[in-house]
Amino acid sequence: MTRTSEVSDESIVARCRAGDAAAWNELVERFARYVHAICVTGFRLSREDAEDVFQDVFTKAYLGLSTLRDDGAIRPWIAQLTRRACIDRIRATRPTVDGDAVELADPADTLGELEQALDVHEALHALGPPCSEVLDRFFARDESYRTIGEAMELPAGTIASRISRCLEKLRGSMEDRVEPERLRDG
Amino acid sequence: MGDSMRRYEIEELGRLLALLPPAPDGWVEAAQELPRARASLDLLIARAEEDAELRARVLADLEQAFAEANLQPTPRLLEEARRRLIE
Repeated sequence: MTRTSEVSDESIVARCRAGDAAAWNELVERFARYVHAICVTGFRLSREDAEDVFQDVFTKAYLGLSTLRDDGAIRPWIAQLTRRACIDRIRATRPTVDGDAVELADPADTLGELEQALDVHEALHALGPPCSEVLDRFFARDESYRTIGEAMELPAGTIASRISRCLEKLRGSMEDRVEPERLRDG
Repeated sequence: MGDSMRRYEIEELGRLLALLPPAPDGWVEAAQELPRARASLDLLIARAEEDAELRARVLADLEQAFAEANLQPTPRLLEEARRRLIE
């Protein structure tokens, strides 16, 4: 799952600043998928480049936490660190094609979708097991009914109906949420 | 700004969930190790800065120095150690 607890971003950032190793682990766990997806889906970096950018982003985040003015703004800050690191990596590795600078398309639409995806994952986590586990395994981990059934000790024949019921719960949860301003403002 | 609600279709939720697969475990573990690795690196550099002989030995064989400090060498950490010791 994307989030490992219902602890707020602000609380995790404050604990990281105080040197709490468990909080840092949680922060990485919380944003790892997001950073990975921006690199791989948003900017289509190779695996090798994506791994370098991924580590670079978390290094910068670790070293820069003390400069973050608003602890609750860690999510857009990490997104911005990742976006910049991806652009730098593309510029460094693909400076020219036939002598011309490569045009860097800023995949704003994709990044917006990834932000929505993180909202959905947060809502999914808040649902808790078994829905969080079954939906994450099926959609995000691309596991088969059989694999999910074996892992969760459930009859494979019941997985489809569980997925359907859990999606309905997730939809209700998403629709109950106040839509974040960043989505309203486009 | 008043509250607003967005209508989600089931198919869209599935698609959005699929957009965030897990990052590779090794990447996550390496990022989680950062504070410990940086603390070990800082200690190694501090010791080397106080002892010219140790500094020369560390610069001559960084990977060995990392191993002795129980520090996993990564290209980024090796480069940083080299840069800080040369500065």
